[in-house]
Amino acid sequence: MQEQELESVVIRFAGDSGDGMQLTGTQFTNTAALFGNDLATFPDFPAEIRAPQGTLAGVSGFQIHFGATAIHTPGDQSDVLVAMNVAALKANIKNLKKGGVIIANSDGFDAKNLRLANVPEAENPLIDGSLEAYDVKTIDVTKITRSALADSGLGVKEIDRCKNMFVLGLIYWMYHRPMESSIKFIQSKFGKNEAVMNANLKVLQAGWNYGETTEMFANRYNVAPAKMEPGVYRSIMGNEAVAMGIIAASVKSKLPVFYGTYPITPASDVLHELSKHKAFGVKTFQAEDEIAGICASIGAAFGGNLAITGSSGPGIALKTEAIGLATMLELPLVIINVQRAGPSTGLPTKTEQADLLQSFYGRNGECPVLILAAQSPADCFDMAFEACKLALNHMIPVFFLSDGYIANGSEPWKFPSQDSLPDIDVTFAVHNPEQSKFLPYQRDEKLARPWAIPGTPGLEHRIGGLEKQHITGNISYDPANHEFMVKLRQEKVDQVANYIPEQNIDNGPETGDVLILGWGGTYGALKTATAKLIEEGHSVAHAHLRYLNPFPKNLGALLRNYKKVVVPELNNGQLVKIIRDKYFIDAIPFNKIQGQPFMAHEVIQQIKNILAS
Amino acid sequence: MEIKEQNQLTAKHFATDQEVRWCPGCGDYSILKQVQTVLPELGRPKEEFVFISGIGCSSRFPYYMETYGMHSIHGRATAIATGLKLTRPELSVWIVTGDGDSMSIGGNHFIHLLRRNPDVNVLLFNNQIYGLTKGQYSPTSEQGKVTKSTPYGSVDYPFNPIALCLGADATFVARTMDRDPKHQQNIIRKSYHHKGTSIVEIYQNCNVFNDGAFEIFTEKGSKKQATLMMEHGQPLVFGENSDKGIKLDGFKPVIVDLNDASVNDLWIHDETDLVKATILSRFYDDPSVDGHFPRPFGVFYENKNKTPFDELFNDQIAYAQSKNPSPSLDSLIAGKETWMVS
Ligand SMILES: Cc1ncc(C[n+]2csc(CCOP(=O)(O)OP(=O)(O)O)c2C)c(N)n1
Ligand code: SF4
Ligand SMILES: [Mg+2]
Repeated sequence: MQEQELESVVIRFAGDSGDGMQLTGTQFTNTAALFGNDLATFPDFPAEIRAPQGTLAGVSGFQIHFGATAIHTPGDQSDVLVAMNVAALKANIKNLKKGGVIIANSDGFDAKNLRLANVPEAENPLIDGSLEAYDVKTIDVTKITRSALADSGLGVKEIDRCKNMFVLGLIYWMYHRPMESSIKFIQSKFGKNEAVMNANLKVLQAGWNYGETTEMFANRYNVAPAKMEPGVYRSIMGNEAVAMGIIAASVKSKLPVFYGTYPITPASDVLHELSKHKAFGVKTFQAEDEIAGICASIGAAFGGNLAITGSSGPGIALKTEAIGLATMLELPLVIINVQRAGPSTGLPTKTEQADLLQSFYGRNGECPVLILAAQSPADCFDMAFEACKLALNHMIPVFFLSDGYIANGSEPWKFPSQDSLPDIDVTFAVHNPEQSKFLPYQRDEKLARPWAIPGTPGLEHRIGGLEKQHITGNISYDPANHEFMVKLRQEKVDQVANYIPEQNIDNGPETGDVLILGWGGTYGALKTATAKLIEEGHSVAHAHLRYLNPFPKNLGALLRNYKKVVVPELNNGQLVKIIRDKYFIDAIPFNKIQGQPFMAHEVIQQIKNILAS
Repeated sequence: MEIKEQNQLTAKHFATDQEVRWCPGCGDYSILKQVQTVLPELGRPKEEFVFISGIGCSSRFPYYMETYGMHSIHGRATAIATGLKLTRPELSVWIVTGDGDSMSIGGNHFIHLLRRNPDVNVLLFNNQIYGLTKGQYSPTSEQGKVTKSTPYGSVDYPFNPIALCLGADATFVARTMDRDPKHQQNIIRKSYHHKGTSIVEIYQNCNVFNDGAFEIFTEKGSKKQATLMMEHGQPLVFGENSDKGIKLDGFKPVIVDLNDASVNDLWIHDETDLVKATILSRFYDDPSVDGHFPRPFGVFYENKNKTPFDELFNDQIAYAQSKNPSPSLDSLIAGKETWMVS
């Protein structure tokens, strides 16, 4: 047995939707995080809850990249592929490194599974020699699990459901991971059903023992804790972070949260998470549709709550008319869009960044709103908090953009303390006896109007979607007033640039050949690619936008410091259009529209091509 | 002191300085007047009232009420009001909507409002036409109606709004008419006191695009014959000289002549009886057809036992807060498992 020290490892757990690979991956993630590794994860699952068993369509994958160094992506290629059946192998083999380890559940390669995966029996990869370039460990996980649990008293179905614990135990053994955290998890999850709890624990241990006792594995590996900034960490997923950012903003603004929404992948977890925390006064409202979701939130904003609505592309499309209303009402409202691949239903469980132009322009009339985007799972906390803060401070609707990739992905997070977060000052208007009539559209230096909530004596007033007369808020059809108000609402958005940080360069020189300009969930891949390019001696820098409307004040000047600006996006070229339009810069698009995140090597190759051209 | 001030409120206090812009003769004027008459009697300060409307002629209503108000978007007032009521249950929230606003574009929110039953009041201005868009047929227009969009007559079957509301489990369902101020005031007052969603369908004449739609029910010559004024605990009597009544033969209603039958045999109106309310809601025949049933006005149904949504919703939050009276943001953010890097 050889012990080997590794800097980082990528493992992909893949199996049938029912094989429990998401749980296995999450468990391994938590353990790696607790161990002190830096990491990034990528759950990749089918849209169907129970996709046809054994088929390629039904393959569910979970990729984790963990290391002793800084990790920013789930990894382009995996070192280890766990394949619970032939479909899982077929779907994932192309992203396994040559020479990588395959842990194959042989039972999942039987005649039936071959047929379901459309593989002729003669071409069973476990025996036809096609996997020669890899280190294949064939294990009959099903059989071992069944015999381990022969006298558990459980039925075959329940027994087979423990298979994933065998894999988890084995991988723990391979990477010297302590199992306590998973043992605790199993105890609390199945505590009510002792037989099932014991079965899971037993199979977990069986997996470990299998590594220890068989001579199948020549190597065991160590991946030391990463050198991270000192502090206390936890593991966080994007959607969870959004919910916490919102609750933090609620605590810091002393306003209760109201979340009006309708379930949709991949945004529903924000609802699930928020609805657990009613003790913070969080009000969650599952409406009859997305329109009702946002409208109820507008009602709550009128009433003086921190009002949020959330959805994904198709639901955002339904909300557009109401976003226009919120813009006219000038009430604070945060609209969360956890983007997924479109158009229409598109690829519901796959990621994309194709709703940026929708956020900018997808409404009738001139209807600018603020737009922020989170760049990583943990950043969802900061930007959700920031979105709430800007909405409240400026009395304006704010788009908060996330995407399926960071929503479900996780990373270690050096989380902030309550005290380190800024207070959000909110003052409701009160009657001023010196003013004979309340003026609901009088503005402060931020161009924000007063928040006069129903129930306040003396401030009775009417608001609505019809054009407002400046200051009085009365209905006005005056042509000049309309033009004035359109410009005013634009100016109100534009001057938020005075209240947001300037754009920084994430990595690389202040001037140079190429600036990689990204936004949103592509941060990790672009950061990894940039580091590599710089290491190889290229004059490349990376800036990542989190504030998209308005842009940071210095952005134009910053862009002009580079010979070329490349804008990689998971869409057909959206930010690049806006950059060209706004700054007259011949920005170069680089697009991927496959429902999958960028891989660092794709970005590296593309930048090299551009550098050479 | 406060009570005294409130008592001093009059209809005038509830009028705004905005010029009322409905067509002269429109039934909306009467509804505005009755609401402005009833509100001062309710003993609440102005600032506690909120009127939320959608889009339509009727939905201009909030601009004329010196209370809080929102003129929102087409069909969505119900959803906005739900959000407001959930967050501010102490307010008196009113929804103003038209037949198109509530039952075409806003149909989904409308039935879900009724299903959830938050403690709000709905004033449904039914003129059986789209007024604001200048006269297309609506989901309550009768079949065959000739309008701008149906020059050959509409082939759509109309909704029966009262039956729709009962079907959606509404807890207070009533009908009144623009031309009967006293009846209207009475019903509006009752609807205010109902705990839960109260829906008042108001027959409202659009004298420009659908003039006379309800004439037979509202005008002196035909009203007594064509309408049935329901009073809780009273027999169902109608007719020119109160000479007709409704009797139940099993589940089958029959019209009887009181010259031949006794008042004692008549159906006694019971607002709490859903089955009977359902039968009454089906008194919806074309009034020009011979032997038709009179059109009922008044309260069809009231269910006082369905706890309002806003109450359940906030009780649940209060319960969670009582279990965990001072939740810590720090421990929420930290979650269950943390580790230290030094
Ligand atoms: C989304 C949207 N679609 C269409 C319209 C146009 N529109 C305004 S009011 C209305 C119908 C109003 O009818 P009703 O609700 O019966 O109100 P009334 O005018 O009769 O009082 C329509 C179709 C609109 N304002 N918004
Ligand atoms: S169009 Fe009809 S409903 Fe609208 S204001 Fe005129 S009369 Fe009233
Ligand atoms: Mg109408």
